[in-house]
Amino acid sequence: MDRLILGVVVIVGVPAATVAYIWLLEWVLGRLPYGTATKIRPWLWLLPTFLLLGFFLIYPGLNTFRISFMNARATEYVGLDNYQFAFTDPAMLAAFRNNLLWLIFFTGGTVILGLGIAVLADRVRYETLIKTIIFLPMAISYVAAGVIWTLMYDFQPANRPQTGTVNAFLTAVIPGFEPKAWLFDQSYNNPALIIIGIWLWTGFAMVILSAALKGIPEELMEAARVDGANEWQVFRSVVLPLMMSTIAVVATTMVINVLKIFDIVYVMTNGLLNTEVVANRMYKEMFNYRHFGRASALAIVLLLATIPVMIVNIRRFRRQEEIR
Amino acid sequence: MSERLKRTLTRIPLHIVVLALAIVWFIPTIGLLISSFRPAQAIATSGWWEVFTPPTDLTLDLYEEAVTARNMGQSFVNSLFITIPATIIPIMAAAFAAYAFAWLEFPGRNVLFILVVALLAVPLQMTFIPILQIYNRVGLTGEFLGLWLAHAGFGMPFSVYLLRNSVGALPKDLFESAYLDGATSFDIFFRIVMPLVVPSIASLVIFQFLWVWNDLLVALIFLGGQPSVAPMTVTIGNLVNSLGGNWQVLTAAAFISMILPLLVFFSLQRYFVRGILAGSVKG
Repeated sequence: MDRLILGVVVIVGVPAATVAYIWLLEWVLGRLPYGTATKIRPWLWLLPTFLLLGFFLIYPGLNTFRISFMNARATEYVGLDNYQFAFTDPAMLAAFRNNLLWLIFFTGGTVILGLGIAVLADRVRYETLIKTIIFLPMAISYVAAGVIWTLMYDFQPANRPQTGTVNAFLTAVIPGFEPKAWLFDQSYNNPALIIIGIWLWTGFAMVILSAALKGIPEELMEAARVDGANEWQVFRSVVLPLMMSTIAVVATTMVINVLKIFDIVYVMTNGLLNTEVVANRMYKEMFNYRHFGRASALAIVLLLATIPVMIVNIRRFRRQEEIR
Repeated sequence: MSERLKRTLTRIPLHIVVLALAIVWFIPTIGLLISSFRPAQAIATSGWWEVFTPPTDLTLDLYEEAVTARNMGQSFVNSLFITIPATIIPIMAAAFAAYAFAWLEFPGRNVLFILVVALLAVPLQMTFIPILQIYNRVGLTGEFLGLWLAHAGFGMPFSVYLLRNSVGALPKDLFESAYLDGATSFDIFFRIVMPLVVPSIASLVIFQFLWVWNDLLVALIFLGGQPSVAPMTVTIGNLVNSLGGNWQVLTAAAFISMILPLLVFFSLQRYFVRGILAGSVKG
């Protein structure tokens, strides 16, 4: 019985409550003088968002900032020690270098492939099938993805039958190919991990970019074709400019995502053999070494690293408001 | 006829590229899918493509083990109870905020918006301890409500960001003419804004649903381990631990838990068609 009530709350109550909130606040605003209503309206529309953000992200964020100046158990202040560790420790410098690799190849790979697949699949009749296949990895849990890629990258010595898909394929196709230990050989392991990331996240970029693509009116493209533009020119001069703001949204999300990326590294190598990334180190400092000060400082460093991206975003939204 | 033939021929490279990408993308998943039908012993000792050379040895053992696991039925319902509100709440709240950020005038608009986007970068692991301290005090630990709100909070920055982009791209005339007709903000929002950003909302629903459905960490932290409220991810996790590293069962469990997110993905595909905005927006 309790669960029945819960079910009704879940399916009817929650959506109704959200609509009722806006209905109620507009009812109240309608009874206020026009000027006053215009002034408070935005704040009431923003209220639910900022209540949630304030409690779940802003308050813990400020708390993290405070602890980043404290010692391991957060019992006394140690000045900038944790930040000095973050920027001088050799393992941290390696982590920053790997994050830079991720930043370039993961962001580039997911955005370019996601855009390419969205645009190309739009032109074939089996679009939904293609999009489903690309989307599938997003629906797989990280643990299962770990199982998949362990099977993919598995390695056996050269004279034994290969059980890993990649090595089995390459030894079958390229004569005399020496099987590689993709996750353990330091010349390949970072690219191998980034490929997993691209495989997982391209579907995300594709779905959002595809939604934007479908919003472009067909007449605009038709008009360009009538004017004699070929398909590439239609893409370059009509489609791409109209998708730019959504591409920027996806790229920004991916950049921030890559700064926080840790699941893949955690599941596959746990940062061993020179594959460490900042967020995985943060996780280790927090849950393995119990050094809350350092973990917090790393979180703040990641937060600060997003500032350049934010500046680009402010400029872009100003421009959007000028031209609409 | 030759014109048509020519067009078909020029489209061949397109089909090759699209199909090649799809095949490359599909191989890892196929490997997992085939593995999930193999005996646990075989997965560990030979490659999944061995099933194509007889003797073929396929079995539903792993699926049976996953489906009949203790508490699996209840945890499926729990997952639904967790995921539906945790998808609706942040998307609705974010849509309200996106409307305010894009079309209402107020001081500090850009600064506040950038603050919201910057919060995307807050690592969730850092938020758990301060939130738990408060949850324990007010008795929200182990309650669905606490988990709904937590997922709503964590999903908020991305939802606001994406919706602000699409709501902000709507043409100004639309609002001006509605306003002149005497429409209230309530009408403008539900009759004009929401229907026009349906493709963005559909993508948000797909991802928020997926992330909450697949979440293990947040559920473990805020619900604890009680079976009465545990979602599927927690029950599946226990399956592996209690059987001492029997990771092969994860292959079957992965596909079982993917079914519902994929259904959501499929059922929302019809909102990703061209022309959904036709007639309402001038190009």
